[in-house]
Amino acid sequence: MNASMGISPTLEREASELLLASRLDKNGLQRTELSVPDVHCGACIRRVEKVLGALPGVEQARLNLSTRRATVHWTGDQPPPLRAALEKAGYPATYVDDVPEAKDPELGRLVRALAVAGFSASNIMLLSVSVWSGADPETRQVFYWISAALALPTLLYSGRIFFASAWKALRHGRTNMDVPISIGVVLAFALSLFETLTHGDHAYFDAAVTLLFFLLIGRTLDHMMRERARTAVKGLSKLAARGATVVQENGSTSYVPIADVRPGMDLLITSGERIPVDGTLEEGISELDVSMVTGESAPLTVGPGADLRAGTLNLGAPIRMKATAAASDSFLAEMVRLMEVAEGGRARYRRIADRAAQLYSPVVHLTALLTFAGWMVVNGDWHHSISTAITVLIITCPCALGLAVPIVQVMAARRLFELGVMVKDGSALERVSEVDAVVLDKTGTMTLGKPVLVNRSDIAPAALAIAASLAAYSSHPISRALVAEKPPQPVPVILTAISESPGNGVEAQSANVTYRLGRAGWALGSEPGAAMPAGTVLARDGELLGRFDFSDRLRSDAKAAVAALRAMGLPVTVVSGDRDEIVARAAAEVDASGHVAGVLPAEKLAYLEKAKAEGRKTLMVGDGLNDAPALAGAHVSMAPASAADVGRNAADFVFLREGLSAIPHTIAVATASGRLIRQNLGFAVLYNAVAVPLAILGYVTPLVAALAMSASSIVVVANALRLPAPAGARPAASAREDAVPASNLAAAE
Amino acid sequence: MSVLLVLVPVAMGLGFLGLGAFLWSMKSGQYDDMDGAAERILHDDD
Repeated sequence: MNASMGISPTLEREASELLLASRLDKNGLQRTELSVPDVHCGACIRRVEKVLGALPGVEQARLNLSTRRATVHWTGDQPPPLRAALEKAGYPATYVDDVPEAKDPELGRLVRALAVAGFSASNIMLLSVSVWSGADPETRQVFYWISAALALPTLLYSGRIFFASAWKALRHGRTNMDVPISIGVVLAFALSLFETLTHGDHAYFDAAVTLLFFLLIGRTLDHMMRERARTAVKGLSKLAARGATVVQENGSTSYVPIADVRPGMDLLITSGERIPVDGTLEEGISELDVSMVTGESAPLTVGPGADLRAGTLNLGAPIRMKATAAASDSFLAEMVRLMEVAEGGRARYRRIADRAAQLYSPVVHLTALLTFAGWMVVNGDWHHSISTAITVLIITCPCALGLAVPIVQVMAARRLFELGVMVKDGSALERVSEVDAVVLDKTGTMTLGKPVLVNRSDIAPAALAIAASLAAYSSHPISRALVAEKPPQPVPVILTAISESPGNGVEAQSANVTYRLGRAGWALGSEPGAAMPAGTVLARDGELLGRFDFSDRLRSDAKAAVAALRAMGLPVTVVSGDRDEIVARAAAEVDASGHVAGVLPAEKLAYLEKAKAEGRKTLMVGDGLNDAPALAGAHVSMAPASAADVGRNAADFVFLREGLSAIPHTIAVATASGRLIRQNLGFAVLYNAVAVPLAILGYVTPLVAALAMSASSIVVVANALRLPAPAGARPAASAREDAVPASNLAAAE
Repeated sequence: MSVLLVLVPVAMGLGFLGLGAFLWSMKSGQYDDMDGAAERILHDDD
């Protein structure tokens, strides 16, 4: 097989992949969405839209800077080379698959409900103020009717978010925070309506509607935080193959979706492509990057007959393989099944707000009932008894309690976002503050998972410059590492006729001499069997110019991060599928508490299960496919942005920056936010301890209720704003820059 | 009292106008790309 064979399937694959990611819209145009993580400024918008708009067939291109996505409408049989054009303009992009037809419907519903509640609350409040300041009974009556007319549709429209959730909980025999909220709001409205009908003094329309308004603020912020993290994670490059190039009986090739690959099919895997399904190698010799699957950092050389596992990356020459399993039976699918089993355990965790609600609602409802009974005994006036009981419900209605938890978590998520850490949901923050042990994966988590030149000082600058310019023509990880070195001086020679020899290296001509960069045996052109230097060399007509040593490097602050974790009193264990001596050395280098080597994915999960059985709560940090079950099974988990898709989806936190200091920072922020949540809940209890006796004694008028609820909400929000940034953390000047490391990885894919 | 008969409907009407404007602007996608909109205003051509 020669190099040229690798090129045309690559282009063809690109076009087919674009077609798979496109959707026909109602105007008969194809709509494609691309994630462009590098855009960050106004000039980027123009450049991206100009580059895309200039392509043949493109009708319209629009970039959304907030989501960093470009939507392209195009027409014609030939898909425009969208990704190639963007890549050339300096914005590496990936296709977005699961584009929802509409925008996030839940957020729209929440914001609309919030707008209606805000409108209604402010108007009713204004009417109430004039009632409190002494409107005559006639005017008061009119104002109450207007308030009722505003409150009823608001309750129906904005309140149904709470009613629906409360009803769902009750139907399953559970109770949540929405049950007392719903009962309180509905009763407050019913009582007020009754008061208005019977020309009573007090109506609580304002209390019912402002309560909804405040609670919706908390609910909307909570939803926005989660949605933001989800879109950011979705925007990262996709590592799993979308389809595969199938070789037909007659020798022609076609690109088919991964789900249509059947055992027995012949597949063509180009250089830089991931193996889509399990299979055996038929033709060709190549190197595989297996780090995602087994955790081994060294590339594996494979020849005909070798077993290939789905998820490994072909580094060398194009190869032909025979699929032995469908995608649903491949290694990846096995990991997904293990994950599903593991996740069952975590579902048992109950959020602090739900635990509070479980305690809270029976107490409140019992108090209200006792108030009613008490007043019936004291004066036998059922109207007075009921209205006092309902004011008890209104005043205790968990305005502060409903905001206490989400507002702190939103603040914490914001702090972490500034540090490049995405939080999937609030319960993860609660869980991470409880951990008492940390488990780290080695390859790709502690290390960068890609080779770095380690002997730069031994190499002549001229040789490095030539090697780097040769390497620019190859996508092999070693070549990329050389290009990343950025030699200090310009290339001393003019290189022409550059070609890549798969599995060997890159070759170029310059004034009658041949430069070769690659495997020593090939570059030096010697007879087989002669003693050869290991690794990659640069040669001029067979004469050695320089030797390049590479090794996987620890993330820059791995040691400091582990030290910080141990200073928090958390033991750090390195668990890896790699060989014992490599893992032991890496563990010693970062000064970890212990290490476990050579474990299979299921054994990683078993290790965590054992820790759980011993009563320990473990934070798992990992990136590979082999870590995915462990990530799902751990008490709480983190993954770097470079992790495999399934791992990223399983993890509670995804960190976008290169460094590991994200781990201690996340724990610090979570611990601080846990403290604030407890303070807020404590305040809510204190507030009730003062307000409830007043309500039981019947001293709570609508004015007191409105003041008490607003004041308690403000106290809770103000307290949440005190959340400090972790010491030693370096927040980005703007959150936009956080995407840079992630996009470098996307570019590397 | 009679002045209220004018003022209250006027106040409500203005409130509804504001609410309607907000819902319309949301529906027409004006909040979809807050960062982009801030930058696009600096472009001359569109």
